[in-house]
Order: sequence, then structure tokens, then C-alpha cells
Amino acid sequence: MYQAIVFLPLLGAVLAALIALAGARARHPGAGPPPGGDHAAHHHSDHAAHHDAHGHEPAAVGSRTAELITTTLLMISMILSWIAFVQVGFGPQDARVPLFTWIAVGDLKVEWSLRIDTLTVVMLVVVNTISALVHLYSIGYMAEDPYRPRFFSYLSLFTFSMLMLVTSDNLVQMFFGWEGVGLMSYLLIGFWYHKPEANAAAIKAFIVNRVGDFGFALGIFALFMLVGSVDLDTIFAQAPSLAGKSINFLGWHADALTLICLLLFMGAMGKSAQFLLHTWLPDAMEGPTPVSALIHAATMVTAGVFMVARLSPLFELAPSAQTFVTFIGATTALFAATVALVQNDIKRIVAYSTCSQLGYMFVAMGVGAYSVGMFHLFTHAFFKALLFLGSGSVIHAMHHEQDIRHMGGLKDRIPFTYIVMVIGTLALTGFPLTAGYFSKDAIIEAAFAGHNPMALYAFVCTAAAALLTSFYSWRLIFKTFHGEPHDRKHYQAAHESPMVMLIPLAFLAIGSIVAGLPFKEIFAGPGVAKFFRESLTFAKDNRILEEMHHVPLTVALLPTVLMAVGFLVSWQFYIRRPDIPVELARQHEVLYRFLLNKWYFDEIYDALLVRPTKWLGRLLWKGGDGWLIDGFGPDGVSARVLDVTRNVVRLQTGYLYHYAFAMLIGAAAFITWFMFAPGMR
Amino acid sequence: MNWPILSVTTFLPLVGALFLMLVHGDDRFAKNTARWVALWSTLVTFAISLVMVWRFDASSAEFQFVEKHRWLGVSAYHMGVDGISLPFVILTTGLMPICIIASWSAIQTRVREYMIAFLVLETLMVGTFAALDLVLFYLFFEGGLIPMFLIIGVWGGPRRVYASFKFFLYTLLGSVLMLLAIMAMYWEAGTTDIPALMRHGFPLGLQKWAWLAFFASFAVKMPMWPVHTWLPDAHVEAPTAGSVILAAILLKMGGYGFLRFSLPMFPAASYDFAPLIFTLSVVAIIYTSLVALMQEDIKKLIAYSSVAHMGFVTMGIFAATSQGVAGGIFQMISHGIVSGALFLCVGVVYDRIHTREIAAYGGLVNRMPLYASVFMVFTLANVGLPGTSGFVGEFLTLIGTFKVNVWVGTLATVGVILSAAYALWLYRKIVFGTLDKPNLAGIKDLGYREILIFAPLVILTILLGIAPKPVLDISAASVAQLLENYGAALKAAKLAAVMAQ
Repeated sequence: MYQAIVFLPLLGAVLAALIALAGARARHPGAGPPPGGDHAAHHHSDHAAHHDAHGHEPAAVGSRTAELITTTLLMISMILSWIAFVQVGFGPQDARVPLFTWIAVGDLKVEWSLRIDTLTVVMLVVVNTISALVHLYSIGYMAEDPYRPRFFSYLSLFTFSMLMLVTSDNLVQMFFGWEGVGLMSYLLIGFWYHKPEANAAAIKAFIVNRVGDFGFALGIFALFMLVGSVDLDTIFAQAPSLAGKSINFLGWHADALTLICLLLFMGAMGKSAQFLLHTWLPDAMEGPTPVSALIHAATMVTAGVFMVARLSPLFELAPSAQTFVTFIGATTALFAATVALVQNDIKRIVAYSTCSQLGYMFVAMGVGAYSVGMFHLFTHAFFKALLFLGSGSVIHAMHHEQDIRHMGGLKDRIPFTYIVMVIGTLALTGFPLTAGYFSKDAIIEAAFAGHNPMALYAFVCTAAAALLTSFYSWRLIFKTFHGEPHDRKHYQAAHESPMVMLIPLAFLAIGSIVAGLPFKEIFAGPGVAKFFRESLTFAKDNRILEEMHHVPLTVALLPTVLMAVGFLVSWQFYIRRPDIPVELARQHEVLYRFLLNKWYFDEIYDALLVRPTKWLGRLLWKGGDGWLIDGFGPDGVSARVLDVTRNVVRLQTGYLYHYAFAMLIGAAAFITWFMFAPGMR
Repeated sequence: MNWPILSVTTFLPLVGALFLMLVHGDDRFAKNTARWVALWSTLVTFAISLVMVWRFDASSAEFQFVEKHRWLGVSAYHMGVDGISLPFVILTTGLMPICIIASWSAIQTRVREYMIAFLVLETLMVGTFAALDLVLFYLFFEGGLIPMFLIIGVWGGPRRVYASFKFFLYTLLGSVLMLLAIMAMYWEAGTTDIPALMRHGFPLGLQKWAWLAFFASFAVKMPMWPVHTWLPDAHVEAPTAGSVILAAILLKMGGYGFLRFSLPMFPAASYDFAPLIFTLSVVAIIYTSLVALMQEDIKKLIAYSSVAHMGFVTMGIFAATSQGVAGGIFQMISHGIVSGALFLCVGVVYDRIHTREIAAYGGLVNRMPLYASVFMVFTLANVGLPGTSGFVGEFLTLIGTFKVNVWVGTLATVGVILSAAYALWLYRKIVFGTLDKPNLAGIKDLGYREILIFAPLVILTILLGIAPKPVLDISAASVAQLLENYGAALKAAKLAAVMAQ
């Protein structure tokens, strides 16, 4: 069954890819020798070029087939995942499914295998559920796109990579999935390859992620150096013996476990768009909206959180690394929330919100409340996918308008979308009894109860971010759905999305409400130990899960109060007195610009990293290769030689040196024979 | 069944070449005959080499299919392969038919001579990997340059004279020094037999001296920084198939040389000079990756990326760990397939538009979706994405080096970020975007012949990425023995040093 869960999406991806390639071939026949067919092909290509110019290419043949195959297989995978969730989570059925050997050299052994435990099955249901719903939704959302087979193939291949990541039994397979999802993210962000911004965003996403992967790879190398294995079980078994050891890393005598955890966490920072490595996520919104929902909200970006949870036996032994994780998570939570306050692109607001919520999850990881972080990962998947797909429905209705300043009053035109978006917002802001209420409040309480030096900082940041989250989320709702329409034409034309898009929204809306209470017991309550068993490790002195239930009542109530305040301020700003925010922005011009330009991270990186790299590349090329090496090496020598010979022989034929070389070889052979031959006799 | 299979593999292409010399005329019939003869010669050679793989005993570290005949007095005609050389033989014989097909319609002038040059080149390349006698090796090794010079010089681009001359100057120095070292080794050991020399145990002074001489030759071949500048020019001027052979096989002779001579014959010197190699490798990886970022010519960009990828190979080999060495071998095989395929990809568009300038392209995916897919696979392999063959080699060399030297391992890993930057940038400029350049408007997707040459390369790239075990297993025993001898020699040298004090 586990093989089916993982490999059915791959099967779908391959079939859809074949359909896509066959379709592409039919559209653009290759260069061929038959002269008779050439004319026909030429005619056809003119035809296609004509279509290109008008942007209304007919859909590829087999689009419907590709959609049905991939979506059906994903549905099966989803159902099986839930069965596995119940079997593994509530019955001791952990499993290892070996497949075959990948790399075996010397003492390094890497197997392809599936590791099934509670942590895995939680991810399996999240990934497959959201993916199946996104597949279904895309049938409607992408209906006008001529390249649907390719799109669905990418979606399914992404899902497969993600499944390989979460089922990995060793760090290298995890790295395979890790880079695999990065690739699919790259391909899907750049799905509309004719858009220059999409291409730029795709490359940026891949490269920023590679910076993170650089750390991940070094972490693997360091672990292999110390433990001699990349298998999770071996590493976990040996981890306690590494305590106190140190590595000389680039002149820094680092505690081995701290260093390893920090390096691995660097990978998590890239993948989960944490502070400093977050810049790719907002740009990734150039991709189609279902992609944003699946990859950049619910699944791929949570891979970093999953990784820390998976490696909890290591992180529990490296308190300094945990402190760092807490710090980065808390900073991201607050930083992203401040940026989201002033953005105007509906998708970018949700993207920064995602960034911020991922920060919450890392705070939970950092203070040692792993299951609580996983809880938020689980609930967040539902309501954030809902918000993205809901935004997609708005964008669909508004004919690809994404600026909320041009919206307004849409609640009467697209009431269903409005309702589900409000549900998503309630869950995100932590309205009592919604899914987000349980998981998010649990994180804030855990941060308060946490013991590491950054715990208080994390508590302040997450609490403040809760206020801001409520404000910007309601701002989005109010500006989009309430008030006067700002664009009459679009407003009049706005229409509710087709059923195939609304059904996934309905499911996600239900999930956003019910994913909290029934699961509280097993993620954040006394049931954790029995549910997660060995898949999460808590150190002996880590009693955070118990302590977080004994925080003062004021702390427990604080998030809810802040949420209400955020809502009221937002209401005041955008419904009752719309002139206040305008006035505020004018009075605090500098601050406003600072936030609007996302703290100027892109500009700083460009000046500090991108430009110097290019400058250095050019310098090394022209100065290093061209002037120094060639100038004093071959060019200098050959120039002298040519000066002489040009006057003697016309060298244009260029064959002289052939003879010269042949002579050299001949002479060498002769000398060899001459010198060695007598010695033998 | 005791026929000299190795000699047959080596010299069968030469027989094809001799046969071609009998063909005269320059009409269509003669051209086609030349093409078909070359294709069949290379195909049969490949088939025979596969029989060799089948009969090869991977559990043994000994030389197999050994043939030994007295020849030239001092030296002998001594041939044989082990787990280190066999993969290179297969790489050569496997890529050769692809090169012939790739030249099928691209080469229209002096077709017969062109095919002869390629067939002779194949014999010399296979010979280089199979020779077990120093003099024999030297003749194959240096002889291989002549057909390559001709291929660049006769069928090359406008600046072919400059390119060949540059290559010539670089090689000259290395050749002379290597020849001197060979003589010195003969005077010291009294034989030019490679297996015997491996067991000889040279004194430290000679080791250092000879190591440097061999290094001069191999470093140019790899090429290592800073003697790499001939490569971009040679690639730019060479015809497509010439670039493929250059990148896929000729560059591997340097790495093979390090494995066959430097490490086993001069272990103490290898150990002493490893920091030098590490430094040059890391500089190569970072420096040439940065330079690749700024290139305006497709072939130059891929050439610089080759230098960077060879940096991983030298680094892994001299890390002298099982992962490093096995990774170095695997990286060479993988790079042979991937860079060869990348040059073929360039050839596809060059044949259509006749320019290698990156700026002249853009939006090809709109008209060439199949080409875009194929090019993407090789770009990703070049970037070292897990699941492609490029990952396995890079990963193994890095993990094998990190154990030995954290600094080197870390700095080399930076190359992983840079390779993504230049490779994806190139892909975006050529393939993505809108197709608005008028001369590209009628460009055609891959034809059947092109699909035929890319299909096996795509399959291999992915297959070796997911299941590299068969290739790694072929060389496992030989690598293990190489490292065992290396370790033992070092221990002995250390002991001797202590005794001397």
C-alpha cells in the first residue's frame, strides 16, 4: 500500500508527460528529410505561429485524459494515505519498505526505501489531501490553458518528490526529495515561460533554495564524517555519543552537534522561506495560483519544519541550535507580518502570511514542542490552501486582476468565495474553535513556557504577529469583498467559479474548521507520546508539552484578545474610516515605504551579492583568463612565434603546426626506441 | 573463446579507417559509404566492448583480457583493463556511434577524411585506456591529439588556427616533461611495464620529480586551472562531434592518468602534493563557475562549466577516500555523457541558425518543445540535481573530500550554488521567453535522427542517477585495491621517515 501511495502520483506524472510530449510533437513536427512533407510542415508551422501571436492556442490533445488520470490517481493516493494515517497513528504499525540500493561505495550505503511512522503519515495526509484537491481545482482554474497535460504532469511529479521527501529513511533520499520539490517549484513558478517575471522568479527560487541546500549538504557531509552513515536510525542511535565532540569548521571550533544542526537548519531556512532566505517566496507568486496553494503554502514550504521534527533526536541534543531556530522563527513570524500589512497584491499578502506562519512553526520546533509545530503545519495546510485557492477564485472572477485596490464589494458577486475566504481568515487569525485557534494558541503558549534564551523573545514576537495577522487578514477581506467596487467593469463581469473549483474550496473550508479540536489531543495534549511514539524525540528534561498547559490565564487569553483587537482596528480602518490608513501612510512615509519595499531585502542582496558576483565573474574572465593567463602564456608565446613566421611563410592554411606536432611525436617515439631498445638486448 | 577481444575493440575502428582509404571520389555515393562504414565500424566495436563488460569479473581487481607480446625491444605490447579503465573504454565506444550520427548531415566537406579521423581517434583513445605499457600508453596518449587537431583544424570554425595553436603550446610542455619522466622511470625500474611499475616503489625524490612531470601533462588535459584556457577556444572552434569527444573523452585522459600513474606509482608524492591539487581544484570550481556566469557564447559557457566539473574529479581523486575516488570516476563517466549531450544540444541549434551567441536565441520552447525537454534534462544533470547522474559523482567526491579536508569540501560545495546559477541562466536565455527573433520563426524541432542520438543519453542520465550501482560496482574492487596499496605505501614511507630520524 505504501508503494502505491508514493508511486501512483509518479505514474500519473509520467503518463501526463507522455501525453504532453506527444501533443507538443503534434503541434511542432520536427525537422525531417522528406522533401514532400517539408512543405506541409511549413504550412502547419505558419498556422501555429499565427495562433501563438494571438495567445489562443487550442488545448493540447489529451488534456482531459491527462487531467483525469493524474487527479484520479491522486485521489486514490489520498484515500490510502488516510487509511495509513489511522493504521499507523492509532495502531503500532510503523514500517520500513526497502526498495533497492541507490549508492554503495566503501562505507557509504544509501538505499531507496520508505520509512513509515506517525510523522510520515501526518505528512502523507497533508500532502496527498491538498494535492488531490488542488488537482481537482486546477481542472477548472487552468481550463483555458493550452498546456494542461504539462501542468498536471508537473503537479503530480511535485507530489511524488514531496512524498519521497517525507518517507525518506536516510538523509540523501531526503535531499533527493528536497531538491526534487525545488525543481518542480522552479518549473511550476516558470510555467508561463513567456513571462519574464515568471522566469526570473523561478530562477531566484531555485538559487536561493540552493543556498539553503548548500548548508543541508554540508550537514550531511559532517554527519557522515562523524557517524559514518547517512541512515536516520544509525545517526539517531549514535547522536548521544557525539555530545561534547567538536569539529574544526573553517577555523571555528564548533560543537559538532550544534554545527550539524545549524547546517541542516540552513536547508530548512531556504525551503521554508525563513528570514534572510525568504526573498524567493513572494516572487514565487508569479506561478499559477493552484501552485501557490499546493507548493508555496501547504506542502513544500513546510518541508523545513518537517525536517527539524524528523531530526528531533539531533536538535534535542543541540540547545544552541534550538535557540537559533527559535530566534529565526520568531523573527520571521513578526517580520513577514509587518510586510504583509501594506502589500496590495492579494497573493503576496497571503504569501507573506505563509512566511509568518512558518515562523510560528519553527518557534514551536525551537522550544522543543515538535508535535505542536506539526499540529500547526497540519491545520495551516487546510486554511492556507483555502486562502490561496479562494484568492485564485477571486482572481479568476476578476479576469486575472490581483491588486486589491482594484477590487471591493465582491461579496455580492461571488458569495461562495466570500464565505470560504472568511472561514479561512477566521482559522488563520485563530478565531475560537476553528483549526488555527488550537494550533496557533498552542504555539504562543509553548513559547511562553519555553526555557531557551530566545523563548521570551519568541513569545513577544508571535503575540505581536498574531495582532498583525488579524489586521492584515481582515484588511484583505474588507478591501476585496466589502466597500465600493473600485473597478466597475471588472466588478460587473465578476462571476462565481465553476463547481469543480468550488468543491475543493468547500472541503478545505470544512477542514479549516474541523482540523483543530479532534486532533488537539494527539498533537498538543496528553496523547502525543502514544500517537507519535518514536517518530519524535523529547529529551528527558523536555516537559514543554505539559508546562504549556499551565501558563497563566492572561497568556492563554492574550492571542484571542489580540485577534479581536486586530479585527476591530481593521474594521475601523477599512470599513468605517477608509481615510485613516491613507493619512497614516502619508504621515509615516519612510516607514510605509520601508514596509512596502519589504525591508529592501531584494535591493540589499542585489547590491551586496548579485552585482559583486557578476563583477567578479567578468574580472576573472577578462582579467584573469584573458589578460593574465593567456597574455603571459600561450598568446604571448604564439604572438612572438607568429610575428616571425608571418614574414616567412603565409600561415593562413594553418597546417604548419600539424607538421610540427607530427614531427614532435615522431621524434619522441624515435628517441624512446633509440634509448630503450639497446637496454633490452 | 580465447580471442584477443581487447585488441579487436581497439583496432577494429582502424580497420574501418583503412577500408575507407580505399574509397575514392567525392560524390554522394562515396560520402554515404564513408558514413555507413564509420557507423558500422563504431557500432560493432561498441557491441564487442559490451561483450567485454559481460565477461568482466567485477569482483577482481586484477587486469583482465590481458595480452602481452614482445615489441620494440624494451617495451611490450601489453594491454588489459581493470575496473578503473573499463568504464572509460565503454564510454568511448558508446559515444562514438552517436558522434558519427551527429555528423551525418552536419559535415558535407571531406566526409571520408572526417570519418577516417574519427575512427583513428577511437582506436587511439581506447588504446590509451587499455595500454599497460608506458611507451605504448605514451604513443596512444599523444597520438590521439593528431586526429583531434585535424578535426578542429580542418572542419573547425573561423578561429581554428588560433585554437589549435593554443592547445599545441599547452600540450607541448606537458608532453616533453612526461617523456622525460618516463625515461627516468625506466632507468630506475628497468621496465616500462605498468603493473610492474605500480609495484616498484620509487624513491621519494624521483616520485616528486616524476609526479610533477606527469602532472604537467595531465593537468593540461583535465584541464585544471590555470592551464585551462585552451579548452574554451578549442570547443568554440571544433565541430559538434569534435566538441563531444573533446569534452566526453579526451578530458578524461587526465583524470585517468592521475588514477593509473600518479596515485599508484607515486603515492608519497601524491600525498605531499594533494594540497596543491586541492587548491587548484577549488579555485577551478569557483573561478570558472564565476567566469561561466558571464559568458556570451553557449559553447564557451559549457566549456567553463566542464573545467569546474573536472575540479570535483581531481579533488575527489586526491582525497584518496573510497567515495572520493569512486566519485571521481563516476563523475568523469557522467560528465562524459552529460557534457557530450550538452554539446550535441548546442549542435542542434547551431545547425539551424549557425551562431553560438546566447543573445541570438530565446523562446525556443515555443517552437521546439521536445528539444526544450531534452535540454532541460541535461541542464539539470549539469547542475547536479539528485536523480540525475550528475548528482552521484558530485555528491560522492564532496562527501569523500569533506572527510579529509573540511575547508576544501566546504568551498567546493559553493560550486553547487554557482552551477545552478549559470546553467539555469543559460537555459532561460535560450529556451524560455517569447520567440520574437525573426530568424527563429521557422525553426524546427528535433528530427528523427536527433531523437535517435538523444534518447540513449537521456535514458542513461536518469538511469545512472537512480541506479548508479552497476557502474560503481565495476570499479569498486579496483578502487579498493588502489587505495589499499596507496595506504600501505604511505605507511611504509612514514615508517622510513621515522627510521631515518
